[in-house]
Amino acid sequence: MVVVGADTTESIKTFEFGKAFPDRLFQLGIAEPNMISVAAGLAAAGKIPFASTYSVFGAAHTYNIIRQNVAYTNLNVKIFCSHAGLTVGPDGATQQINEDIALMRGIPRMTVLVPADGPETAKCVDAAAAMKGPVYCRFSRTNVPTVTSPEDGFTIGKARIMRDGSDVTLIGCGIMVARCIEAAALLDRDGVGARVINLSTVKPLDVAMIDRAARETGAIVTAEEHTVVHGIGGAVASAVGSSHPVPLAYIGVQDVFGESGEADELLTKYGLTAKKIAEAAMGIVKRR
Amino acid sequence: MVEVSEELIAGLKRKAVTLRKHIIRMTHNAQSGHPGGSMSACDIVTALYFHVLRVDPKNPTWPERDRFVLSKGHACPVWYAALAERGFFPVEELMTFRKLNSRLQGHPEFGTTPGVENAAGAEGQGLSFSVGLALAARMDHKAWRTYCLLGDGEQDVGQTWEAAMAASKYGLDSLTAFIDRNGIQQEGRTEDIMPLEPLAEKWEAFNWHVLTIDGHDFRQILAAIEEAQRTRGRPTAVIARTVKGKGVSFMENKIKYHGAATSDEELKLALAELEAMEAAF
Repeated sequence: MVVVGADTTESIKTFEFGKAFPDRLFQLGIAEPNMISVAAGLAAAGKIPFASTYSVFGAAHTYNIIRQNVAYTNLNVKIFCSHAGLTVGPDGATQQINEDIALMRGIPRMTVLVPADGPETAKCVDAAAAMKGPVYCRFSRTNVPTVTSPEDGFTIGKARIMRDGSDVTLIGCGIMVARCIEAAALLDRDGVGARVINLSTVKPLDVAMIDRAARETGAIVTAEEHTVVHGIGGAVASAVGSSHPVPLAYIGVQDVFGESGEADELLTKYGLTAKKIAEAAMGIVKRR
Repeated sequence: MVEVSEELIAGLKRKAVTLRKHIIRMTHNAQSGHPGGSMSACDIVTALYFHVLRVDPKNPTWPERDRFVLSKGHACPVWYAALAERGFFPVEELMTFRKLNSRLQGHPEFGTTPGVENAAGAEGQGLSFSVGLALAARMDHKAWRTYCLLGDGEQDVGQTWEAAMAASKYGLDSLTAFIDRNGIQQEGRTEDIMPLEPLAEKWEAFNWHVLTIDGHDFRQILAAIEEAQRTRGRPTAVIARTVKGKGVSFMENKIKYHGAATSDEELKLALAELEAMEAAF
């Protein structure tokens, strides 16, 4: 295993890997296209490279490099990016990418992971290293409540039921899983039983789990710290639409750019809260 | 300097004519593709595949092989022609170039074509990929070398210079970059589209060992490779002055043949010229 970085190794902590393995961390400067292609070359010669920086640079500035040098070339490159979504906060819209899941899930051969918390991020590292082929994993800069436990199993391609219920399903990824769990508690008070699914693998999608949720609960709300265009809402809608159509609602960034503000302020302003998830659920439960 | 025999040079010259005939036939058969930049790079590719590279056509993924990376992916006809002549796949397969279900894609695909080491087509990625290969070779204390062929149009791409900095940062002396300096890119002369000169000084400023040669003179090509192999602590850039469309008089230095195949009539004329050249050896 090797790590390539782009002048962000301290803030995303890959420098810790460099302390343990000084010969295996390559600092390549503010040059993300080069970073991705170097990772591809290392992979072509048998290494397992983790390319790691902020999502806006690692996934967006590098898009065609990832497409040609990683995915089309089908190499064992793991792109692990932090600072995704609105919760980057005060740095503002240029640093807050809400489009990376959309970009990455559109690329053939790409596995896309969005862990819900710290323990699950660690499992994503292990699982990505253990599988062959390109992986994109995105996570946030902000502190995230822990909702999974180190003992929980983790398999790429398998979603996980965090809480059962039969009236509606809340499907979240990343930091929104915790908010889905909160929303389920709110719904409980109103007598609505919500199932919560942690969709930590966006691609390949756990179609069986989503189909079951549609059939058993009859309504689905998706929640993501990402634009509602081509994110997990789109993925779930396309799966449900071709198997068992049910009413859907999409919580996410509504096709706009973010702005400066503290993480929680932004999540509230842009409607990414437990309250909004619960309201959306109430709305579609009535339409079942 | 290593003695280079007349016999070796004559053999390489003959092989280069064979490759040029393949390039003309393949692109004519497909009625598309990029003959001009394939022919300008032809002598460099011939020298590498028929004298320098340690590769095994029977075992294309032999871990100890030298790596050849084609960054200017549109010039893949010359790569396919060299690989076929070297025995990586049958020469007859060259006529499937750019056709449906072929292993010989319009731009190189990794994993399908025996001997192809990288996917290319979007310019400017090959040198970075080569840096990754050279870093891996050094980590594993391997003797294999990496040769990357870039176009001069590709010098416009920012990533080329990101890679140049990274290669010199890590002192990758197992990496040699050939720049096919034919002076023409898709829409015109490089100096009109985006001036590159002084190009050698740019590479020198990036801390590379820089050589400027005639890219159609086999003695100069082989001497440059030998010097690159002897150079320690720095990667070597070989700026190879070449002629776009080299080998067929009416194609030489013509912008049109960057991305246009020959007509039926031109095919006959081109092959006649190349065959006359062959007969003269």
